[in-house]
Amino acid sequence: MALTMAAIPWGVMAILLPLAGAMACFLSPRRASPLGLITALGVVACAAGLGWQVAEQGAQRYAIGGWGAPLGIDLYADGLSLLMLMVTAVVGLGISVYSSGYFNREKAVNFWPLWMFLWSALNALFLSADIFNLYVTLELLGLAAVALVALAGGADALTGAMRYLLVSLLGSLAYLLGVALLYHSFGCLDIALLAERMEPSPAVMAAMGLMSAGLLLKTALFPLHFWLPPAHASAPAPVSALLSALVVKASFYILLRLWLDVFPVTAAGLGQLLGLLGAAAVLWGGLQALRQTRLKMLIAYSTVAQLGYLFLAFPLGSNVAWQGALYLLLSHALAKAAMFMAAGNILCFGGHDRIADLDRVAQRLPLSLAAFGLAGVSIMGLPPSGGFIAKWLLLEAAMRSGQWWWVIILILGGLLAAAYVFKVIGYAFTQAVMTHEARAVPATMEWAALVLALVAILLGLVAPWPLALMEIGLPFGGEAAG
Amino acid sequence: MSHVFLYALVGTGLFTLGLYALIVHTHLLRKILAINVMGSGVFLVLVALAARARGAAPDPVPHAMVITGIVVAVSATALALALMVRVRAETGRAELSEERPE
Repeated sequence: MALTMAAIPWGVMAILLPLAGAMACFLSPRRASPLGLITALGVVACAAGLGWQVAEQGAQRYAIGGWGAPLGIDLYADGLSLLMLMVTAVVGLGISVYSSGYFNREKAVNFWPLWMFLWSALNALFLSADIFNLYVTLELLGLAAVALVALAGGADALTGAMRYLLVSLLGSLAYLLGVALLYHSFGCLDIALLAERMEPSPAVMAAMGLMSAGLLLKTALFPLHFWLPPAHASAPAPVSALLSALVVKASFYILLRLWLDVFPVTAAGLGQLLGLLGAAAVLWGGLQALRQTRLKMLIAYSTVAQLGYLFLAFPLGSNVAWQGALYLLLSHALAKAAMFMAAGNILCFGGHDRIADLDRVAQRLPLSLAAFGLAGVSIMGLPPSGGFIAKWLLLEAAMRSGQWWWVIILILGGLLAAAYVFKVIGYAFTQAVMTHEARAVPATMEWAALVLALVAILLGLVAPWPLALMEIGLPFGGEAAG
Repeated sequence: MSHVFLYALVGTGLFTLGLYALIVHTHLLRKILAINVMGSGVFLVLVALAARARGAAPDPVPHAMVITGIVVAVSATALALALMVRVRAETGRAELSEERPE
């Protein structure tokens, strides 16, 4: 049994299965929803299989078609890619369950194939071992994401999608130009080979600047975040959830990989700059979130703030800091998906998402509000949530390296997050001036949100396990960096 | 090596020109064209840098990358044009409105 388990290339399956699922959903639109759910379960199984394989046998490398690294395309799974793949699987399953209740038949026909394509692109991105393949998966991801935003219809969603598409293409072209320069300098695309041959030169610096700028634009780091709130807030609820939880993380993942493996470590100044921008994002995103009158816009600005935390690891650069950033990424993915789903339930229930008119949502949608509150606990970074562990690790890294000023940012960001989460919860308990008729929300949608929020909390309780997984294949360069 | 350098420089110029056009023009069709010009610039750089040494056969890998890139660019342009048509049908203008959703 164990032998057959080990013989199956789980990583390849995790890419091919959603691709096949997308085709099946497209060809058989009437059964799109059940087909999509079955595929989602299959992908979760693949992620679990890969997890077992990586935990048992260490980092996995798979040469597609047997060509091998310099010419062919390799897939590579270490602890970092495995955790990204796993959180995508958990959030993806939640989103799939939620979507089966959310979309009417007409929209579901378009949603499922696109979502499955997006999932396939995400998995391929996390497993890619060469920088050009990363470009292709980044584009696949971007195109599917834009189409999903446009799915909502209406002027807001369409212009949001259009702006998102232009930004996304600009980001990938800058990245591709960087790829061209790197290939010219070293004659290879494979990340491991690049890391071996790397020598600082003006061309490498230019490539580093171009690729970082493109990826920062796609990750929506302040001040390049302008496209994110309209796109994420105007999309349908499950799409907002998967954009905020997963899609922005994909470009951050590439940046992290390049920064850890490819680029020379001499760029300390650039690390400080990224940290400063991250700090500005935390404060600016938090303040903007507090100012919003619409729930989905508030959550979208909260994403801008939370993305800022990820960049606080760059000036610290130690093993603990990277772990903290990755932990924040995981817990934010779960919590933010839960938050957007809860907001979707509230929107579906009352027909609007004006925060001031939430009108006793606490009594009428207790599960959704509980999901929002629990996700909020993780976003604020209160114990025992995943967000708490992440901030604790970042705090520890900041204190250890003597850069105490990042600690102030962490605390201020947490206070701002508490303020905007409690603003929503406060209105949810009070009666609004205007009452409105309510629509029933399917139980699956409420539970999907609640379960994801619970997993985000649970992530704080099982911390040693993901932290051990992160170390497989030493993506952060081992203990020596600490 | 100088003509290779010239091609690469022209490619970078196209990229910059496209970036400028993308920022200054408001009409969506012009923005989409600007993205395409930028893409062509990147492809030109890739093809130019494929020439390793004078007289030697060029490196085929960048050519494969350009072909893949063209496929991506065509699909992205198709999606962008379709979206533009929908934006125009919905708002009456093929522009990105400046006012943000409240």
